[in-house]
Amino acid sequence: MAKKLSRGVAVVGVGMSKFGVFPEKTSRDLFVEAFQELRQSVQKGFDPKDIEAFYMGNFSSDHFENQAHLAPIVASWVGISPVESTRIEDACASSGVALRQGVLAIASGNVDVVLVGGLEKMTDLPGAKVTDTLALAADSMFEIPAGFTFPGFYAAMATAYLDKYNADPDALLRVGIKNHENGALNEKAQFNQSIKDVMLGKQRKAEQKGLPLPQWEDEMAFLKDPKANLMIAWPLRLFDCSPVSDGAAAVLLVSEELAAKFTDDPIFIVGSGQASDGALAERASLSEIPAAAKASKRAYEMAGLTPDDIDFAEVHDCFTIAEIMATEDLGFFPRGEGWKAAMQGQTARDGSHPINTSGGLKSKGHPVGASGVGQVVEVWKQMHGLAGERQLRGNLKHALTHNVGGTGQTCVVHIFEKRN
Amino acid sequence: MTDQALHSKAFNQAIAEDLLIGSHCLVCGNISIPQRQICPNCHSDQIERIQSNGRGTLATFTVIYIPPTSMAEAGYNAKNPYCVGIVALEEGPRISAQIIGMDLSDPETIKIGLPLKQTSVVRGEGESAKKFLAFEPA
Repeated sequence: MAKKLSRGVAVVGVGMSKFGVFPEKTSRDLFVEAFQELRQSVQKGFDPKDIEAFYMGNFSSDHFENQAHLAPIVASWVGISPVESTRIEDACASSGVALRQGVLAIASGNVDVVLVGGLEKMTDLPGAKVTDTLALAADSMFEIPAGFTFPGFYAAMATAYLDKYNADPDALLRVGIKNHENGALNEKAQFNQSIKDVMLGKQRKAEQKGLPLPQWEDEMAFLKDPKANLMIAWPLRLFDCSPVSDGAAAVLLVSEELAAKFTDDPIFIVGSGQASDGALAERASLSEIPAAAKASKRAYEMAGLTPDDIDFAEVHDCFTIAEIMATEDLGFFPRGEGWKAAMQGQTARDGSHPINTSGGLKSKGHPVGASGVGQVVEVWKQMHGLAGERQLRGNLKHALTHNVGGTGQTCVVHIFEKRN
Repeated sequence: MTDQALHSKAFNQAIAEDLLIGSHCLVCGNISIPQRQICPNCHSDQIERIQSNGRGTLATFTVIYIPPTSMAEAGYNAKNPYCVGIVALEEGPRISAQIIGMDLSDPETIKIGLPLKQTSVVRGEGESAKKFLAFEPA
């Protein structure tokens, strides 16, 4: 059984920059935006001097911005030096792991107030260099020499999944359509557009240029057109992939007994679990992510909850297949049923298991080191009725975040509880 | 002895000689390909180096149209894609490798379970030419 936290941990405020492409901004600028929004969101306010530790997720400022040792720089930039500041690198799970380290630090009794952040500035590099940098998260001795890319790894998992369950590949496209519909309602999302709007935009553009008007019956036909939706790594196409993004996110964690000093409306982190794995080829199954199942099992045990107790979840949909596998790894649907749930709309906002109401990585954007904390921002917004047009109905008591590094070499899961 | 080396670079040194090596745990019998210095099953370091027979089946695959820099330099692009896959070896372990000799005009025709045998590909030219593990239909 997973051990309980030695004392409770509460989230008392959140903030994030818009995710997208920002040529004029560095990662520290984006984090300043997230930090300022966080300060606004703490109901009773807080003095940055109260922060006792800063854990910061970032994958590769070294390659993306030619800057290592980023944590103390960012701490200085938001005015919290000499607070202990630590950068955590676990690929795309960096800030989910930073969150876990913040939780454990408070639970240890050593600190009471912790700033957790995530940031990544990816778009300064040309596309091929971004691909090469992301590939550093795989095994450079035994995977990359084979010719794998990250879209390639997830494509290989998709091939295995579709074959094992004789699944309809249209399910992948359905995930993208759903997440873009959600992202269209999220002002912080990189793509504020449904796939249908993207399609209509392309038709309008062709019309303006006097080019032959592309005829697509609907967005499924658009996504199946190889000219409109380029094949990246078969069977994954452009609209199966999360974008290259810049962005930052921040949350303030405090010990449970201090929460009321900051807000009358905290959310509590009641479950936290993390697991690791070797290279993709080493795993017993290629159609799931075993570390995600293990991390979530620990988080559920810590929380004393089951998948049925989770009202909504933000999952790591770096590729559309990843969301389908996640909904099985996390126990929302039985093995081999996730693709059907995606086809039937069970993961939509009005479905039985709303997934990625924020738009997910797919539409909100995936500044890799910021994505894990960015998920918590959506949990906060939904649980406080601040999600605008994408607000879920009903009493939201429990939510889950699922953050994956690489092909699942790192997975970290958190469970949140709202008590009033 | 060099031919018993288990360090991580020994794998590619063997590939340069068209040998696919692994390790066999003398305590529990577990086989790892690539080789390990510590048995991932029982944690023993009583390990001997073995050589795979290079036969296996296709466990999964993809066809890559947008290559990383290293593969673009080897001549691959959207019009000249390549297949990469995971091969289930007869000895049990699986390994990542380029798969050659496939008809890439329609990836649907490539089937999981296809019998494969070890070969190699050379990428780069002149002094930078390097041999990499690959598989082809058996």
